[in-house]
Amino acid sequence: MWIRKEKRAAPQTGRARLILLGAILVLGIITATGMGYMRISAGDVIRIIFSGLSGNHGLIAGINKVFPYVVWDVRLPRVLTAAVVGAGLSLAGVVFQGILLNPLADPYTLGISAGAAFGASIALLLDIGSLGIYSVPLFAFAGAVATLFAVMALSASGGTISSNNLILSGIIVAAILSAGISFIKYVADEQVSIIIFWLMGSFGSKTWVDVFITFSFVFIGFIICIFFARDLNVMSLGDRSASSLGINPNRTRLTLLVTASMITAVCVSVSGIIGFVGLIIPHLMRFMVGSDSRRLVPASALAGAILLLSADTVTRAVLPTEIPIGVLTALIGGPFFCYIFKKRQTAVQSG
Amino acid sequence: MDKDLIFEMENLSFHYGRTRAVDNLALTLSSGCFWGLLGPNGCGKSTLLDLMARCKTPQAGLIKYRGKEMRHYGGKELAKEIALVPQDFYVNFPFTVEEILLMGRHPYIPRFASPSSDDLQIVDQVMEVLKIAKFRHNYITELSGGEKQRVIFARALAQDTPVVLLDEATSNMDIRHTLDILDIVAGDVETGGKTVIAALHNLNLAATYCDKLVFMKSGRVVSRGDRDQVLTEETLYEVFGIESRVYFDEYVGSRQVAFRRRRP
Repeated sequence: MWIRKEKRAAPQTGRARLILLGAILVLGIITATGMGYMRISAGDVIRIIFSGLSGNHGLIAGINKVFPYVVWDVRLPRVLTAAVVGAGLSLAGVVFQGILLNPLADPYTLGISAGAAFGASIALLLDIGSLGIYSVPLFAFAGAVATLFAVMALSASGGTISSNNLILSGIIVAAILSAGISFIKYVADEQVSIIIFWLMGSFGSKTWVDVFITFSFVFIGFIICIFFARDLNVMSLGDRSASSLGINPNRTRLTLLVTASMITAVCVSVSGIIGFVGLIIPHLMRFMVGSDSRRLVPASALAGAILLLSADTVTRAVLPTEIPIGVLTALIGGPFFCYIFKKRQTAVQSG
Repeated sequence: MDKDLIFEMENLSFHYGRTRAVDNLALTLSSGCFWGLLGPNGCGKSTLLDLMARCKTPQAGLIKYRGKEMRHYGGKELAKEIALVPQDFYVNFPFTVEEILLMGRHPYIPRFASPSSDDLQIVDQVMEVLKIAKFRHNYITELSGGEKQRVIFARALAQDTPVVLLDEATSNMDIRHTLDILDIVAGDVETGGKTVIAALHNLNLAATYCDKLVFMKSGRVVSRGDRDQVLTEETLYEVFGIESRVYFDEYVGSRQVAFRRRRP
């Protein structure tokens, strides 16, 4: 198998690859912001960004008067939201896979995304305004956590949770929740268009408020994941070994699962359901920087940002008509899921 | 209180739902010995080891380690005292062998620090002793069952603790690697003053290596003590319900157990 022949990523190369990913992300953001109906050169984009950050309007003298508006108010919030959501979904994927010891786990396959979407749909249906802009994220979080516990309770037998049970339970719960979402759409009179539009998943018409909310939650989640990165490594030895190494497996698992659900919820509430990002990225990164979570977590966040940013730019600026981003990622991710699933089956048979 | 006592258990109980895995058990174990834990499947050996490693909290009763109640130890403090080698050793992600061994140093390395030269040296030594240095950069996912189990065992040795608990730790190894590992831990007991408590299925290996034995049945201790006193035909009949012949074997240098076909 080609993957096995690959040389292990030493810590130094791992670090170099992290820096490389970071550089690609920054370049990606600048390039993507320049792309679209109006092409704007990278130099102009950089000048507009710096002017926006520093408030120095001298920097944008001589640039087309519309460009700063297009870059700062229209494209940049969209591009950054896509990047942050990509990072968040990949982070959630790393955590779900690491904690549940299951390479097939991600927010989508576990039904967590559907749970968050269900919660958010209820918030949209009831048009809850008392919590302001936080009502949709909060309901999404409640839906995500409730789904997580429902899926885990459903798949637990005799204190252990088997990988296959978990995926099956995720699918069952997600199916029930999709029916629930359909029901909400059916009973929603005036809100139905808002719900449908939001569910399709899109980064269109995002504002700086979206960027800040998403970024703060994903960043908090990232810090928690980095804090527990080594515990996450040890957890992959199984509960008994982890516990004999001084880790409280139940507490670590609960903390990280709730964190990952929070990240998923905020991502879903800002962009609708976007599947498979959290599945693909951690896999690719394991072969790029190794399985050590201290490198895997930041690498996945960066790579996830790059992937979703690119996918969003493709639907926005390259394709003749914009297709929902969730559809695009499912079209790429679905076959990838089949590949991993098949590979695991053959590994089990030969091993 | 006897200074040499390392574990003291009184009225200890642990049950899964209605199944009592450990049932009102009383047992004391002295340090510096190789203890063999014997009994039929489901007699509570693994659960007892889990309680001793504090992977599980007893629902009733008392368990003391070195005279202090188990629950009063800090997590890392206990991890520097007791290492557990589990029976199941399935690692789902492609960690390298070296990374797995370094996880054994987890209690010694502060959260955001890199491993010290001591940590790396211990890992190197353990790899040398267990002859797995050649796998150092291989992924654990690509090793055979026996090799994996050796790595998991090495992980526990790298933890460098005075007490090692083995739960069927050699079940997937061939006889040579099994003897290698038992030689290593027996040597650590004799020269290093370690205490090893091993759940074993193979009665003859237990008789060969362990100087003390504990027989368990249905979550209780049937008998415990020096091998030559407790390894008897009567005990084996009581615990396993089998006929056997216990005899002294000159070649092995200890008691051994022989069985015969029960149906012609």
